[in-house]
Formats: sequence, C-alpha cells, structure tokens
Amino acid sequence: MKVAYFPGCTLKNKAKTLDIYARECAKVLGIELEEIKDWQCCGGVFTSASDEIATKLSSVRALKAAREYDNILVTVCSACHNVIKQTNHAVKTDETFRTRVNNYMAEDDYNGETNAIHYLELLRDTIGFDKIKECVKKPLEGKKIAPYYGCMLLRPNSVMAMDDPENPTIMEDLIKALGATPVVYPMRNECCGGYVVMENESLAKEKSEAVTKSAMSFGADVIVTACPLCKYNLEKNGTDVPVVYLTELLAEAFGIKEE
Amino acid sequence: MNNNTSEMKNQLLRMSGVNPGKCMKCGKCSATCPAYDSMEYHPHQFVSMVQDGNIEPLLKSESLYQCLSCFACVDRCPRGVEPAKLIEAVRLMAVRKQGGNRLSAEKVSQIADDTIPQQALVSAYRKYSK
Repeated sequence: MKVAYFPGCTLKNKAKTLDIYARECAKVLGIELEEIKDWQCCGGVFTSASDEIATKLSSVRALKAAREYDNILVTVCSACHNVIKQTNHAVKTDETFRTRVNNYMAEDDYNGETNAIHYLELLRDTIGFDKIKECVKKPLEGKKIAPYYGCMLLRPNSVMAMDDPENPTIMEDLIKALGATPVVYPMRNECCGGYVVMENESLAKEKSEAVTKSAMSFGADVIVTACPLCKYNLEKNGTDVPVVYLTELLAEAFGIKEE
Repeated sequence: MNNNTSEMKNQLLRMSGVNPGKCMKCGKCSATCPAYDSMEYHPHQFVSMVQDGNIEPLLKSESLYQCLSCFACVDRCPRGVEPAKLIEAVRLMAVRKQGGNRLSAEKVSQIADDTIPQQALVSAYRKYSK
C-alpha cells in the first residue's frame, strides 16, 4: 500500500532520523510513504486568522496532491500535521476561505476531500497496534518511556480529534505494543515553550523544565516526542534522560536501529 | 466607543471569529495559560478589553509576543470563546502595519545556534513578522 507523505522542512535537516525511520518502519509494516511532489514548508505554526491566505497555500497544495493517493495525507512532524489539518478544516468549513485559496490553485478546486492523518494514526487505525506487536523483534522490555504530546498533536481537539486531549492514550498504547512501560505524568500535554524560544528564552526554559522534571519524577528513563521543536527545547534546557523521536523507538523495537 | 475603535473591534472579531460576548469571566483561560507570568495582559483581559473597545493598550503590549499558541485556553474554555484566536488577531493587527515586524533577520542570526530546528525559525517568523 502506498500513501502520500509530507515530510516537512525540519525532517530534511535537523530531524532526519524522524523522517528516515518513519519510512523504514512503515516498510516493515507493508506501507510505502511516498513523498508528494514539490511540497513546500507548512510554515511551522497555523495562523488562526481567517483572512490569512498566502501562509496556508502550501498546506492546501499538499492536501490537493494527496487526492491522487486515496485522499490520505500522512505527516509525522506534529507541527506539519497540526498546520495541514487545521488548514483542511478551514477549507471544509469556511466558504470564503475556500474560494480565496482556490484562486491560487491550478485547474480544479480543492474542497477538503483529503483526510490529513498523523503517523501515529496510521499506526493505530490503518495498521493496528496488534500487528505492530507482531513485528517487534527486540521488545523494549524494562524501559520506562514517557510520551510527550505537547500541544500540537492534540489541540484544538475539535479539529485534531486524534485522542482525548486531556487523557490521551495513543502513544502509551504504542509503547506497550513495543514491550515497554509507558509513564503517565501530569505535564505530558503542556507546552514546551515552542517558538517563544526565539523571543523569550527564559519562558521557554521554564516551560521545558517543567515537562522534563515532571517526566523524570514519575520515573521516566526516556522521553519520546514527534516534534523537532519540542525535542530541541527539552534538550536545550537540560534533561537527565534522553529525548528521542517516536520513529526511533519504533525502529529500535523492529531491530533496524541500534540502541 | 468612537468610529475608529469600533472599526478595529469589528476587524478583530472578523479575523478571529471570536465572540467575546460569550465570556462568563471565569478566568479559566488565564489559569491554564503557560505564559501567564510573562504577560502584562492575560488571556481573559484580552477578551474583556476587546469587548470594551480598549484595544490600543493591547496593540502596544509585550503580552502579544508571549502567547505560545498552545491552544490550552481554546480547549479548556467552558464557553468556547477561544481567547488564543483573539490574541492572534491583535498580534496580526500590530505586526501587519508597516514597520510593525517584531523579528528581524539580524536578530535571528544572533539567537539561532547550530542545533536550532528550521521549524523554530519559520514559526517565529510567522508569528512575529509579516
């Protein structure tokens, strides 16, 4: 099975392992992530103002390109997924916005036909955690892994609708399927400070430390994320435990990445 | 409210899609805001000040650049007011003006280290400059 894949700018540079292992692990599971042609950076954050048009065109073009692949567009970066899915929602629900973005589309209009899904949803809903369990060659036994959702995977819940925004289980269930023990801790769905690191470093530091301290105090050996900016902020501001991408964890359990 | 203020308020409501009149002033948005301590005006104040047409102080406030766009206030508001969308609209009103850019290329080169992800740079430009 082939699915359309939007890697995103950071996955081609600083977060290469997030991208490479996403593709390799998908192959193990019988899915080929095919990079859509001529994709452009999503912009990193969604701009909620309805009169912002130009900043959302790359997302609309990516969504439109995915119509060639059974209307499914997969992203693994939390930020790309958030921007693309919120843009898709705006196309579907805001007629004025739809008309305005379609002024920039070649040939036919895009009307929100594509389903934007995160890699985690591909694992849970398309493949199933039972099948993932069967593919595990090196179970991560004895590891206590703290999933860090941050904000962008879950919010706004009315649009993202991936999981319960206050008590998510999708990453915990994946961690169990890989043979490890998930660590449930209070700060797992709070913000790391995000792009504010460019404006107010001490605020980002305070927010990141609150997350890592919370995970460590609940006994985490490792923190797992799908977001390059979360990883950067958590690492920059001091953590005693490693912060890894979820695809690295998967690759380790599948035996395609050395520990 | 004079004509100019009234026009600004209407523009903010149009851009954000927010109806501040739905707010019941419970303060939950500010209670859950991770940037609360860095803000002069807090999320609930953005809602009430826009509602009252008291917009000029918000346009000049540093608080605009402390919002993390984490949407905690949006998801946790019991009335569905979505304060972050209103803060975003005020920030855009400020940075869209000629000379209103908050983040310059020079500043980026001073802050950015070798490990900073591209995502941080594009996100900051999107939020702080037009």
